[in-house]
Amino acid sequence: MNASNDIAIDVKGLTKSFGGREVVHDLSMQVKRGSIYGFLGPNGSGKTTTIRILCGLLTPDSGEGTCLGYDILRDAEKIKRQVGYMTQRFSLYQDLSVRENLEFVARIYGLADARGAARDMIKRLGLSGREEQLAGELSGGWKQRLALGACTLPSPKLLLLDEPTAGVDPKARRDFWNEIHALAADGLTVLVSTHYMDEAERCHEIAYIAYGHLLTHGTVEEVIAGSALTTYTVTGEDLNGLTAALTGKPGVDMVAPFGTSLHVSGRDVAALEASIAPWRDKSGLHWHKSAPSLEDVFIELMGRSKDNFQ
Amino acid sequence: MSTIDHPAPAHEIRERFGFWKRSYAMLVKEFIQLRRDRVSFAMIVMLPVMQLLLFGYAINTTPHNLPSAVLLQEDSDLARSVLKALENTAYYRFIYEVHDVDEFDNLLKSGKVLFGVEIPRGFERAVRRGDKPALLVAADATDPVAASAALGSLGMIVQTALAHDLYIGNPPEMPFEIRAHARYNPAANSSLNIVPGLVGTILTMTMLIFTALSVTREVERGTMESLLSMPIKPVEVMFGKIIPYVLVGFVQAFLIIGIGVFLFGVPVLGNLFLLALLSTLFITTNLSIGYTISTLVQNQLQAMQMSMMFFLPSILLSGFMFPFAGMPNWAQYVGECLPLTHYLRIVRAIMLKGASMPNLRFDAAALVILMLVAMTIAVTRFRRTLD
Repeated sequence: MNASNDIAIDVKGLTKSFGGREVVHDLSMQVKRGSIYGFLGPNGSGKTTTIRILCGLLTPDSGEGTCLGYDILRDAEKIKRQVGYMTQRFSLYQDLSVRENLEFVARIYGLADARGAARDMIKRLGLSGREEQLAGELSGGWKQRLALGACTLPSPKLLLLDEPTAGVDPKARRDFWNEIHALAADGLTVLVSTHYMDEAERCHEIAYIAYGHLLTHGTVEEVIAGSALTTYTVTGEDLNGLTAALTGKPGVDMVAPFGTSLHVSGRDVAALEASIAPWRDKSGLHWHKSAPSLEDVFIELMGRSKDNFQ
Repeated sequence: MSTIDHPAPAHEIRERFGFWKRSYAMLVKEFIQLRRDRVSFAMIVMLPVMQLLLFGYAINTTPHNLPSAVLLQEDSDLARSVLKALENTAYYRFIYEVHDVDEFDNLLKSGKVLFGVEIPRGFERAVRRGDKPALLVAADATDPVAASAALGSLGMIVQTALAHDLYIGNPPEMPFEIRAHARYNPAANSSLNIVPGLVGTILTMTMLIFTALSVTREVERGTMESLLSMPIKPVEVMFGKIIPYVLVGFVQAFLIIGIGVFLFGVPVLGNLFLLALLSTLFITTNLSIGYTISTLVQNQLQAMQMSMMFFLPSILLSGFMFPFAGMPNWAQYVGECLPLTHYLRIVRAIMLKGASMPNLRFDAAALVILMLVAMTIAVTRFRRTLD
């Protein structure tokens, strides 16, 4: 342990290729202890690979760093004892009951009273009465809950959650996030990957990764401010026609419908305003300048990174 | 639904006996999964019983009542009594009586009969004169196993037929003499040899497949990712996956030997405890090999195929199907590398010959070596990461 006692994850220059294709490129990141760190990016951007490298499931081709103060290359076994990893696909035993799954995990981690620990966790998860139900027969929301319970059972210091709420209804998602915040309040560090913007906004810090490159990171406000994006929100008639007219104009980087309004964004304010000038005073259209949403920022980043890396 | 409103009571982690605890965790899990898998569970009992009954009753290497034809060129009393004697052995069943050589040949060629007996013209008179006439027995030897036993019985038959014939009396000199002496199995009852062999064959097949699928199943169901992220070592995974099936194998061995003893009357002349001990060793060796296969392949189909690749030579080169001593040298060397070869010697020796440990030292040691080699490969091949 050193001065970075309040840093849970500290990695530099991680690179990983599969069959000649670079999935993670020169990725560096730092995650503070007790924080919730959101990992965002399109499908296939390298989020899962990065998480697997952090918990020792994959060996990086190059790069170095520490996880909970342990070297990610040499101390994988020590890291495994203190990290709870929730996989993207449900990876508990479907043909084992809720209780049997939890007891299995408890025994593997060497808990002194495996049965007691499983019993307490079932109570905590609100799964009492379902303990003998097979894990495979649980609904999606309950499966996520059970999986989270299984990885928090051995009291880890770091949780790695890979798209934990994919395919879960909004109520279960909110409950899930309340739990994550409760766990972080107890001092647990959480790294969570997600596609949902509302979830990203519940993280203390976020990072955006695309095509293996970490494009931006910081708090939500920092990421939005750092994007230097100007967004105009338009409401009114014939927005479809307006979309067609504005797309591809100089300075207009993105035109995206949001319900009954349209978001028109660009990084070059002067060019953007010149391009939209002919429509500004058109009757039936209402323009106002607004802060870009996180989604605007990410979609713009994604569009830009596609040009750079593909 | 309540969210977490109270922190988890911290459960203490103890490092002592970690190896045993983690192996035990794996073992309990495997047992539960096996119990839940009803079809596999039923197969544990059904497979050995079905195979034993099929092999024991349907497959007989000393077949009886083989269809035969006779080319009768002389209708004498002696000819009739020779035929009667042949039929009395129960090997031959005469379904054709022909008087023409072409017809005789065609019956054999077409496979309508497996044997043809030709009684030449003037047979009886020649015998009375002491001319030692030839009695032709033509056999369809395309299936040597079927033919050999029946052919082997010929010498004695002709003797008895002649001896009991009133016209000859007791001839001072036998026309020819073949002395057969079938040790351990004087009745040439094939189930005596087959049942002990089947214990080994069935165990090889079931044990191999059970563990060959074990690791790939975890990979295909996606549970491997979670398992690898936990602090469990390859040796612990292996023990946890092998031990439950040692018990399964033991139940199977018990079933097969039980049926063999009570249904087919196979004796167990040697020590039952020694048999159980060495059977457990053989079961563990096969489970280790199966487990090794599962660390080498990528999916369950490959696991099945590779198990078959191992199972076929086991059947062909171990001495189960063909006599070991009759195989060419290279085949014998391959055979020595197969656990079934050694176990067949052990199980036959204990059950049929009453052998004890000093007789079986070499084969027991060979099983231990094969087991250790397989386990070493498995542990080194087991991937700790998803790379």
